[in-house]
Order: sequence, then structure tokens, then C-alpha cells
Amino acid sequence: MDWINAIVQGTLLGGLYALFAAGLSLIFGVMRLVNIAHGDLIVLAAYLGLTTTVALDVHPLVALVLVIPAMAGIGYALQRGVLNQTLGNDILPPLLVTFGLSVILQNALLEAYTADPQKLNAGALETASIPLGGLTLGVLPVLTFAVAVAVIGGLQWLFYKTPLGRAFRATSDNQDIAQLMGLNKAHVFGLAMALALAVTAIAGIFLGIRTSFDPSIGGGRLIFGFEAVIIGGLGNLWGTLAGGIILGVAQTVGAVIDPGWQLLAGHIVFLLILAVRPNGLFPRVSG
Amino acid sequence: MPDPILQISGLDAYYDDFQALYGLDLTVAKGEVLAIIGANGAGKTTLLRAISGLIRSQQDHVRYKTAPIGDLRADQVAALGIAMVPEGRQLFPSLSVEENLVIGGRIGRDGPWSLGRIYDLFPVLGERRHQASTSLSGGQQQMVAIGRALMSNPDLILFDEISLGLAPIIIRDIYAALPGIVGEGMSAIIVEQDITKALSVSSRVYCLQEGRVSLEGASQTVSRDEISRAYFGID
Repeated sequence: MDWINAIVQGTLLGGLYALFAAGLSLIFGVMRLVNIAHGDLIVLAAYLGLTTTVALDVHPLVALVLVIPAMAGIGYALQRGVLNQTLGNDILPPLLVTFGLSVILQNALLEAYTADPQKLNAGALETASIPLGGLTLGVLPVLTFAVAVAVIGGLQWLFYKTPLGRAFRATSDNQDIAQLMGLNKAHVFGLAMALALAVTAIAGIFLGIRTSFDPSIGGGRLIFGFEAVIIGGLGNLWGTLAGGIILGVAQTVGAVIDPGWQLLAGHIVFLLILAVRPNGLFPRVSG
Repeated sequence: MPDPILQISGLDAYYDDFQALYGLDLTVAKGEVLAIIGANGAGKTTLLRAISGLIRSQQDHVRYKTAPIGDLRADQVAALGIAMVPEGRQLFPSLSVEENLVIGGRIGRDGPWSLGRIYDLFPVLGERRHQASTSLSGGQQQMVAIGRALMSNPDLILFDEISLGLAPIIIRDIYAALPGIVGEGMSAIIVEQDITKALSVSSRVYCLQEGRVSLEGASQTVSRDEISRAYFGID
């Protein structure tokens, strides 16, 4: 029973990792930008959620109404103002700039909120559970997983069924020719980053409800996000969900074997998959 | 000459430190089909990239319908009604045939061209509309590239080496479709390696050599001798 429980709980945890990873996957997919600051942006969203819940005395999930557009706005401004200038044939400048951004964000959060661990108070949602067979499922992990599936399904729909998604794919394929179609790539990239950070806002709020956070934890979230993206295969959103689940299950199963092995087990599974399938399990497929 | 739709004067173009065009002058009249010939590296593609805004130049070195457009971005130029069929087709591989055409029409200019009309012109594309653009043959991909440019209902269309890498029979089909495309008051610039083809579809021809115009004349009257001198730079 322990094993089944570990697999089920790991799957649900994978939903959170998929939320971490979806924005990363989207940014890389559209503009080949590896965003080192992604984890810190998740933490920024959690803090924006904290400020909103405290200032307006609302539930963290209600705070999403403000945090999602705020993060999207930050994303658009960041892309147009800073990151577009770093994109080109060389992959190093965006890496360096987002690394710098990561340092700046951590320090700014430290100044603004101190290093004390914080948590979003979601009331009864945090402890509510559903009995299922011999297992007990937390309502929050189930909700997180459902939201992750909905987000990824929504992104998939947007990418393959809407004019905006078509613009994203075209710009990703060939920036010059996309410009000839009247697409301003600076604006398209801005919209992609806005969308990615909107997803990051959701990830940050669910992170903040699930665990305590402080300004320094962004790096760890970045690693989980990266691992989920790479396990699933670059550029494949459903693969990213699968990657998150595999990572989550590896961690919870590792924790059953020995509580100290939780994180290590996740990394080992990541390395094994990378050794066997260097392009991930489901590399980019169309449709 | 009737009103020019495009007027290029003193155009210089650079790739980093390399200068590809030197003070180029060129005029396209409304409704005219202009051919541009020249050896590899003469600057033909660079010229089209400069017109389309993929290479930015000084504002008044490129004038379109008398407005200076030399410093506009490619998407702004496209919105004014200049479309390009790029060398090597360059379809969007992650878009289906129909999506490639639809995205060509996203600028939303009024005019005769629509999805239905493209499928009338190239029926095979209608049959394969939902296929990946990469699954088509080279000739069919060229049809998509032409259709994609037409979907924006341009006033000036730039064709860059549309016969390159295609079988002669396919080239014949594509050129057979050209009069129907440019016959509706649309102006066109055709860059072409095949000089006979270029002269047969155009009213005037420019020959480029090392980034400069080496010959300019009416396509029907220019002699082979003049062309080979202008082409190879033999005095």
C-alpha cells in the first residue's frame, strides 16, 4: 500500500512540477530562450500572492485574479525591455542576462520581504482530504494536478487552434519569414513571455500554499522545472506534464525507500532518462 | 513611364562589415513585372531583403507609393502591401498547408485573393490542406509559398528564385500560373537564374553585378550579347 500511495502522491506532486515547467517549456519552445530566472519568477509570484492576500484579506486562489495579470505584465515588459535585446544567434547572452536577473530578483525579494520563510494561508483547503480506497488524497494536491492538466491542455489548445498559437509556431520556425507575414517578433515574444509568466503566477501561488518559501528557493524550483521539461522532451507540452509526473513519482518512491533519498532519487531518474533518451521521452511532435 | 510603385535610389546594403549593394537605383512601375538577373552573389537576394525590410536601410533610399519605407521593419513593410516569396520556399514546418496560407492572410488587406481562390489556382493544395507543409513535394511547397504571399493581397510581390531546385515541368507549371497572378494590377519583381524565363515574363530587366546595376533595359529588346557582358562583367 505504501508503494501505491507513493506513486499516487508522486503523480499529484508531478502536477506542481509540470506547472513549474510549463512556462519554461513555452519560453524555450517559442524563442529558444533558456530562462535561468524562472524559479525566482515563481517565487516572485508567490510573494505577490502573499502581498495580495495580506493587503486585501482574500484567499490565495482569489489573489490569482490579480497576480496572473501582474505577472503577465511583468513578462511582457521584461521581454520587450530587456530580453529581446539578448536574443540572436548566440545562446550565451540570454543565459547571462537571465542569470543576472535571478540574482537581482533574489536580492530584491530579500530586501522587500526579508529571509523569513513565508506561507500562503489557504485555510481549510490545506488540510482537506478525500478518502479513496485505502488511500487518502489531499484536496490541494488533487486540485494542483487538475489545474496543471487544465493549464497544459489550455496551452496546447492555444498553440494549435488559435491565431496567436499559429503566430507563436511560425515565429519559432522562422523569425524572418514570420516578420514577412506582418508579425512583429518583438511583440510576439513579449506575448509569449507574458503567457509563460501568467502560468508561472499559477505555479507560484500553488507553491506558496503547499510549502513555505523564502527568497532563496528559486534555484531548486528551476531545477525541477528543467528536469520535467527535459524528461518529457523539449517543446512538447504534454511531455512536460509526463516529465513532471515521472519526477514527482521518483521523488516520493525514493522517499519511501529512505526519507533522505527523496531529491536524490528524482535527480537519478532524470540522469538515467537523459542517458537512455538524450532527447527526452517524447521529443517535439506536431499536432 | 506610369507612376512608380517602388523607387530605389542610392541604396547601400550591408551584412555586418560586408557591403552587398552599392548605391543602387531601380524603379518599378505600377502593374509592371520587373526581372532581376545576375550571377550568384551579385546582390539579388540582398536587394529583395532590403525592399522587404529584412535589411533596414536609410529611410528615403526605398520609396513605396512615394512614401519612404527604407527604415521600416519587415512586418511594417508587409502591412503596406509588399509580399515576398522567399528563396528556398521557407514554409513554416510546424504549420499545416492551410495554416501556412492563413498566416499569409493575417495582415488582412482587401483584394481578390482568398483561401478559396488559392485552391482554385493550385487545386492540389486544397486536397492536401491538412497535411504538414513538409510532406509536400518541392513544387507543391513552392505553390504554398506563392499562395502564402498572395494571401496578403499585396500590391507588389517579390519572387526570389522560384524555379530553384524544381523539375523543369514544375517550373513550367508555376510560370504558367504567373500571368494570372500578376495580371490584376499587381506589380512584381522576379529574381531568376533562368534568363530566358526571366525575360519572357517581364517587361523590363535589370542585371546586377557585384552589388551594382550593370544593365537596364526592355526585356524584349535587350540582346544576348549585352546580357552576357553585364552578367559576367566582360568588357
